[in-house]
Amino acid sequence: MNRLASGITLLSAALLAASCSRKSDSVALKPTAFGAAIVESSGGKQFGQTGTSLPQPVVVQVNDPQGGAVTGALVEFAAAPGVTFDPASALTDSSGQVSTNVALGGMAGRYQITASTLDKARKKVELKIEEIALGYQQTLGRRLNEQYCDRCHNAESTAERVSNYDNLEVKPHPFTEGDTLNKLSDADLTAIITYGGPALNKSALMPAWGNTLKKADVQALIAYIRAVSDPPSRSAGPVYAKN
Amino acid sequence: MKEKLRSLWQKLFGDSMRAFGVVSLVFLASMAIAPAKNFFSEWRHYQHGYLSMIRNRSEANTLRRHFQGGIQQIWLPDLGVVDRCTSCHVGLKEPTLTDVAQQPYRKHPVIPHNLDQFGCTVCHRGQGAATTVAEAHSSTLAWEQPILPAKFVESSCGQCHRGSLPGTPQLNLGRNLLSRSGCVHCHAVKLPDGSTVKATDDPPSLSHIGDKTTRQWIYAWLKDPQAYAVTATMPNFKLSDADARDISAFLIANSAPVAGDSVTLSAKPSNDPTAGASLYGESFCASCHAVQNAAGNVVGGDVGPELTRIGSKVKPEWLQAWVRNPRVYDPPTGMPHYRFNDAQVATLTGFLLAKTDSDLLANVHLDAATPEQIAHGKRLVSDYGCASCHEIAGIKKPENFAPELSRIGSKPITQLIFLQGMQHTLPDYIAGKIKQPRAFAPGLKMPQYTFTPAQIDALTTALLSLNDRSYSLPPSLAVSAPPESDYQPAGKAGKLMTDLACFSCHRINGHGGDMAPDLTWEGSSVQREWLVQFFRNPGTLRPALIRRMPKFNLTDGEINELTDYIMTVYQSPSVDRDSMPVSGYAQGQIELGKQLYYGKYSCQGCHIVDTKTDKGYIGPTLTHVGSRLTAAWIYQWMKNPEALRPGTIEPNRAMSDEDARALTAFLISQKGGGQQEAAKK
Ligand code: HEC
Repeated sequence: MNRLASGITLLSAALLAASCSRKSDSVALKPTAFGAAIVESSGGKQFGQTGTSLPQPVVVQVNDPQGGAVTGALVEFAAAPGVTFDPASALTDSSGQVSTNVALGGMAGRYQITASTLDKARKKVELKIEEIALGYQQTLGRRLNEQYCDRCHNAESTAERVSNYDNLEVKPHPFTEGDTLNKLSDADLTAIITYGGPALNKSALMPAWGNTLKKADVQALIAYIRAVSDPPSRSAGPVYAKN
Repeated sequence: MKEKLRSLWQKLFGDSMRAFGVVSLVFLASMAIAPAKNFFSEWRHYQHGYLSMIRNRSEANTLRRHFQGGIQQIWLPDLGVVDRCTSCHVGLKEPTLTDVAQQPYRKHPVIPHNLDQFGCTVCHRGQGAATTVAEAHSSTLAWEQPILPAKFVESSCGQCHRGSLPGTPQLNLGRNLLSRSGCVHCHAVKLPDGSTVKATDDPPSLSHIGDKTTRQWIYAWLKDPQAYAVTATMPNFKLSDADARDISAFLIANSAPVAGDSVTLSAKPSNDPTAGASLYGESFCASCHAVQNAAGNVVGGDVGPELTRIGSKVKPEWLQAWVRNPRVYDPPTGMPHYRFNDAQVATLTGFLLAKTDSDLLANVHLDAATPEQIAHGKRLVSDYGCASCHEIAGIKKPENFAPELSRIGSKPITQLIFLQGMQHTLPDYIAGKIKQPRAFAPGLKMPQYTFTPAQIDALTTALLSLNDRSYSLPPSLAVSAPPESDYQPAGKAGKLMTDLACFSCHRINGHGGDMAPDLTWEGSSVQREWLVQFFRNPGTLRPALIRRMPKFNLTDGEINELTDYIMTVYQSPSVDRDSMPVSGYAQGQIELGKQLYYGKYSCQGCHIVDTKTDKGYIGPTLTHVGSRLTAAWIYQWMKNPEALRPGTIEPNRAMSDEDARALTAFLISQKGGGQQEAAKK
């Protein structure tokens, strides 16, 4: 009986694999050059919504042993099932780069993307890039953060929002700063957000938001903080990688 | 071979007793197929998998206690839901299973709804009653729904929620684009509540276009709108040279001049780039208009058209008349009537006319139009439905020019034509149509837009929310959007406010833009004298803001008119302006307020009272707040700012009466003193 069950599993797995591979590009690209290393140019550590395209493309560059850009090297992208790349493979352009649009999978969490190329000995050289998918709750948290918190907690200014960080006597931490924020329990975070800095014996420059935000809003903010912290918070859930 | 078969037959059915035994055996075996199928079913396999997964967890006992074997089902007759998904998705409601990577066991992510109330398929689509993965997820039979890819799941929120939601940015963006990109000019979209989706773009009338620009520019624009302005919302109709030639011929021939517009130059455009740039800056043109800089970045607002190459488009006479008073050419325009003097008009037009691009019209050579070309151009204008968006004298706005999209999200797959290599799903079809509308058949008219992949996904999400289910759901579930307001102020002041286009930036009684503060209760908020001064010389209230109130060169009479109106009409019922004095508070109370300001509430994080020590600049500078705001407003603001201005970022501190009174006393004593004079300069 056990064998039958595992047979069914195998069968459904095969079906699944078949339905997944249907989309793969049929035209195989032929590399005209080979590099020694592959590095990230931009697009790592982005936050996207589950299933949707990341705001910026992921750009990687293939270099020769001297660090010069290599044109015509084949780069292939791979990740956990559900992640899609457009394109999934391409030859590097005249500046040695390949750019791909990435849509993350349907589950919230961290996704590990592998970009690989072949070196002169036809050995695979790999680069791992991490991206973060936000689910409903984290997305809501992100919006609340942009509305209420980011001005103080993010030192960078944008055209739409000038940062207030430099003006604060006591400096808050960016929510990506896992070394600090991971040490605070969910209860601590709830307390400081709801009742302000003094709740944790911290500065009153951190206002109390308990009368402005609903409980669910505070939870959403915490979910967001946990999702984006670097190094990752334990409660941020699994890392989705190629298996 | 034949021999063998015969001997087998003999063996089995040779005597009647044996025959009976064999037949009953076969019968029994066939009877057992159904239970066996059940026994080896997929869901049972997943339930076994679940049980062995939880075995190693610390909370295994609790999980096992919650576990119920067999087919599970959420049955909601009201919603037409029979969802058996929980037969395999066993851990969906287990709060501890958030860290499980292995599906189908992970806890459902947090959403604002209860699974038992909504089931699964209302949001995810798919076949709820199915008990195999393939049937539940990927069924594509004519009357059945496959599961909705995660990236479009927000569309399901839109089935009930008609307004924008903080947690659904993609749906919000998609709906916004549907209105802002003008889709609904051609495609009718009716909502279950009987309303229709309205366009929010404002394509210009073409009845007088000859005043504004040349035939050459129209030709270049028709060929490639984005070559003129990267932010142009006008799509590309992929016209042939001859068609663009004929349409431009028709539009110019059809154009009638506007009286009073396009007069001879009253002031020669002056060529003083420094003065021009500074007047452009002072007038905060960039709050609404963008310009592409040398690095290719588009900088500025998107309320009005991009001005990067404006000098290659407009006729100098027209531009001058427009800058002087845009309402002559286009009465309902959102552009304010600035009341510039002659010298300012000359400076500004000179500055704008210098923004040219020699490449734009370099290759446009048009001979004089023939009557045939003009007639053909008119036919093309009708064929392409130009009048769906633009007012064009002599051409009627076509009705139902393109297919209605009110239920596009339920369109059966059998009715769709797919491109080669495309996945046969409805979302792929919709996205494909938006991405390359002309590819689906020869002769299609829908023009090519320049949407990014994220915008296409957002539009697809918005369209998927327009489906049969949104009509069949119990009306009690519908959450309507905040009603549209068409509030218009009355009388002379009202006329003045329209002339100044206040509503392009400010919202009052639910009507207007969101670039500047809501003025619904401005009359309770500010002191009269301050308002007069502000109109005369709008200062910078919020240092962190890039967009500011422009100066309109108003006359004293106009300023009085506006001020009187605002002070009497825009009053909040919860703030009695005269209930608290603006001076004469006890020194002790002021001191207490100061302590609260710098201590308990640490307002200096965001506001400046003392320019020497305070640095925060998220909120308005408060150095003069005592001569700007009324005490009663400050007091109520301390108690609950959100009640006065919904959505404000000022945290609600729910202060005690005592704290609020002390802070009011402290703040109202901030009258700016000597600095006030300096600031006026
Ligand atoms: C006015 C500026 C300001 C705003 C707005 C603000 N904070 Fe803070 N926050 C601070 C300051 C300052 C600290 C540091 C206090 C200390 O270390 O004594 C802080 C600390 C915190 C901490 C503790 C970790 C750390 O950074 O030291 C958390 C968590 C936090 N804030 C969350 C939030 C959230 C969530 C919001 C939005 C709802 C928010 N803050 C809005 C100023 C602000």
